[in-house]
Amino acid sequence: MIRLFRSTGTPCGRRSAPCARWLLITAKIFRAQGALLPVLFVALLAFAGATHAQAIEPMPFADHAQELRFQHLTQQLRCPMCQNETLADSNASIARDLRNQIFQLMQQGKSDDEIKQYLVARYSDYVLYDPPLKPGTWLLWFGPLLILCAGTGVVLVAIRKRGRDGSATDTTSDRMPLDNEPADNGDDW
Amino acid sequence: MNRLLPFIGFMLLVALFGFGIWWNSRHDPNAIPTPLLNKPAPAFVLPKLYEPTQTVSKADLLGKPYLLNVFASWCVECGAEHPVLEAEGPTLGVQLVGYNYKDAPADAKRWLAEHGNPYNVLIADEPGNTAIDFGVYGAPESFLIDAHGVIRYKHIGPLTPDVVAGELKPAIAALQKEETP
Repeated sequence: MIRLFRSTGTPCGRRSAPCARWLLITAKIFRAQGALLPVLFVALLAFAGATHAQAIEPMPFADHAQELRFQHLTQQLRCPMCQNETLADSNASIARDLRNQIFQLMQQGKSDDEIKQYLVARYSDYVLYDPPLKPGTWLLWFGPLLILCAGTGVVLVAIRKRGRDGSATDTTSDRMPLDNEPADNGDDW
Repeated sequence: MNRLLPFIGFMLLVALFGFGIWWNSRHDPNAIPTPLLNKPAPAFVLPKLYEPTQTVSKADLLGKPYLLNVFASWCVECGAEHPVLEAEGPTLGVQLVGYNYKDAPADAKRWLAEHGNPYNVLIADEPGNTAIDFGVYGAPESFLIDAHGVIRYKHIGPLTPDVVAGELKPAIAALQKEETP
């Protein structure tokens, strides 16, 4: 059992044995007899709880404030293996190792920034959910603003153009359209 | 022209989508670029797998380039990579250092007995702490380290014949050119 858990990552793991084991088990279940399915499903649900509890192993914190600080910090950091999970949530073995390492660094009196630097030096900015502002991330930070500006520009131009067209046609808008006049001038999409 | 605009916008989106597919077919979107590239490898002292009382340090391996290959018996893709190391290892022209990662020594030895041992040096990191300094987050990963102990190339995931021919061998050739000016 211990052997199994030691290498157990979440099933999203890139190259972990448990991942393959998971797929194998799931495939087997779907091949199993229909009558067995509900039973297996309940059993799986029970295990799901077990693996979740596994992620939150108790650590000997000095006090409650330190525990809160640890939780806050690990929630801001991304697990390198399961990149959609925080270090706090992930059950991947590397996440557990990194949590232990962060705990050790905290005991050595390192600040949150120092701990983040420690991880960035090894795993790059990927570990930060809040990417730093630097030339490589300008597009990331200002891209949306750029798109917003472009969109605003397009809307402004369209409004101004329609306003101009409108003032020219408004004076005659009461009359019935002539047969050879297009009902839709095509620019109001 | 105004009637064409939506179509042009649509084609731009199609082009962007196509580029995304093309890009991801060539790159592993989950691979994290290592900040350690072209920086000195971290110092380490690790026991040998077969003689745990003896250790190997970074200083011991200086002087000749080597390929540090992180593997484990629990790692499925390492099994896929292993035949490539067996076949290509001797032709690389550098030492092959096996880095057994978070593995029970007995499991690792059984695995090597079964699959063969292509490594010139075998070190074991059972707790996995030194691997954090290397920025390792899974297995397999491979580091090409030059004679001065600087990381010159890293590959995340299994080494395939394509990767060996297209990336690893050119990187080794570049190192050898430097060594003999």
